[in-house]
Amino acid sequence: MKQIYLDNASTTAVRPEVLDAMLPYFTTEFGNPSSIYPLGQRASDAVAAARASIAGLIGAAPREVYFTSGGSEADNWAVKGFARANAGKGRHIVTSAIEHHAVLHACEALEREGFEVTYLPVDAEGLVSPADFEAALRPDTILASVMFANNEIGTLQPIGELARIAHEHGVIFHTDAVQALGHEAVDVRELGVDMLSASAHKLYGPKGTGLLYIRRGVKLQNLIDGGQQERGRRATTENVPGIVGFARALELACAEREAEHERQAALRDHAFARIAAEIPHAKLNGHATRRLANNVNFSFEFIEGEGMLLQLAARGICVSSGSACTSGSLDPSHVLLAIGLPHEIAHGSLRMTLGRDTTREEVDFAVDALAKTLENLRAMSPLYEDFKQGRVTSIIDESFSKQN
Amino acid sequence: MAMNYSEAVMDHFTNPRNVGEIEDASGCGTVGNAVCGDIMRVYLDIDDDGVIQDAKFKTFGCGAAIATSSMATVLVKGKTVQEALEVTNKAVMEALDGLPPVKVHCSLLAEEAIHAALWDYAEKNGIVIEGLEKPVSDIGEHDHGHGIEEDEEEEE
Repeated sequence: MKQIYLDNASTTAVRPEVLDAMLPYFTTEFGNPSSIYPLGQRASDAVAAARASIAGLIGAAPREVYFTSGGSEADNWAVKGFARANAGKGRHIVTSAIEHHAVLHACEALEREGFEVTYLPVDAEGLVSPADFEAALRPDTILASVMFANNEIGTLQPIGELARIAHEHGVIFHTDAVQALGHEAVDVRELGVDMLSASAHKLYGPKGTGLLYIRRGVKLQNLIDGGQQERGRRATTENVPGIVGFARALELACAEREAEHERQAALRDHAFARIAAEIPHAKLNGHATRRLANNVNFSFEFIEGEGMLLQLAARGICVSSGSACTSGSLDPSHVLLAIGLPHEIAHGSLRMTLGRDTTREEVDFAVDALAKTLENLRAMSPLYEDFKQGRVTSIIDESFSKQN
Repeated sequence: MAMNYSEAVMDHFTNPRNVGEIEDASGCGTVGNAVCGDIMRVYLDIDDDGVIQDAKFKTFGCGAAIATSSMATVLVKGKTVQEALEVTNKAVMEALDGLPPVKVHCSLLAEEAIHAALWDYAEKNGIVIEGLEKPVSDIGEHDHGHGIEEDEEEEE
């Protein structure tokens, strides 16, 4: 059976060019960058070249780019490391209700240490209001962290504006750009952010490599103590192949970004149009235009998400859901609840995230399969039976139809 | 979504038995709620001798919820009302070669759905089915795991 991979927000395939760039650093060029002999120096040079390349692509200085084990570590380091190092200036943090768990759970950990955290609500399309943001900043606020692009619903936040407001109040601004780097235009100087997290495997690079941009002068407590790697701020022998791969992946992504962005956005809008026209009782989640080019997220009434995913998987289609049943908890996604979906609607949600290999044929195949799957599941659903017999109404049609 | 379903669960999810409705059913029961993400409705056709001639279901819920309702209807068909009471959540789980720990509540809901349909039958006919308690028609979130130890299984 042919596999159709529409889960690129989860992870992406390493590009062959990226793998080629990485391979020597596993075998012949296996040296430790801290070693003094040529084998080690070549590894050190490779890391330095990768750092310089990435720094150039995001508008940073090389010394402001710190490699980590991934996006979650970068988020944890930014939030916990900054808060702990600057607790003397204040103990209040502002973030949003729809952050990735790497930020949310790091904030919760800080709350247990005595910090106070404001979780800003978002509107029905997933946007943080700059006015709400400003109103939440207090004299004792030291850090604000708002994600660049949401991983579930794809909504893009006004990061430049939020960073500017934060600075007007003397607050340091961090953004989790894991879903955005390589896909959206990301320049730390233009955005004016103080810290930015990213991850290689979301842009056709390897898993296990991420980065935290830390503007020069921003103080963080170390998360990992040990050797003098990463200017003494993050110990552990450098993941040389991963770092080399990250740089190569970002170079390719940036070179192709605009064309690929346009192509994927057209495919995304094609999926939107077909679903809206062909599948009743469906609601688009997130903002219609201020969103990632590859993100399609819908809720479908009268069905539950896991059954939908299993039936689509049986047809070779890899997608994900914000349903409770896939998370091991009984609550559906915190993001879908934050945009105001009732639980029963949030349970029936589906995320398709397109990639550089995604074709129009694949999108069409997936939408066809989705329509069939929903027909099957609705035929089995007591809620749909009640709706058909007029005992209940459609929440989506009554409360959310204006948005579509 | 690394949900480790047995082949039997996948079979009953992919080809559910007894999906549908029974008109003028002898008993019909609906349990669960949409907020928690599971609703099961069971219809029973019971003859004058108290034998379940037919059983149908409709379920809103995950793969395990659909599979357990399918299996529960298979198990009660042909049984007497009294025998049907022995179709417990354990019996449903065993017939499906087990469920992942986080899905055990689905089998409880399937048992409840059968009981709710039997209760409806008993009420309509003014009889008492020995050992049948009035089912909780709307099991709330807090009752979800009742008595079941759920492993904290973090899924991606």
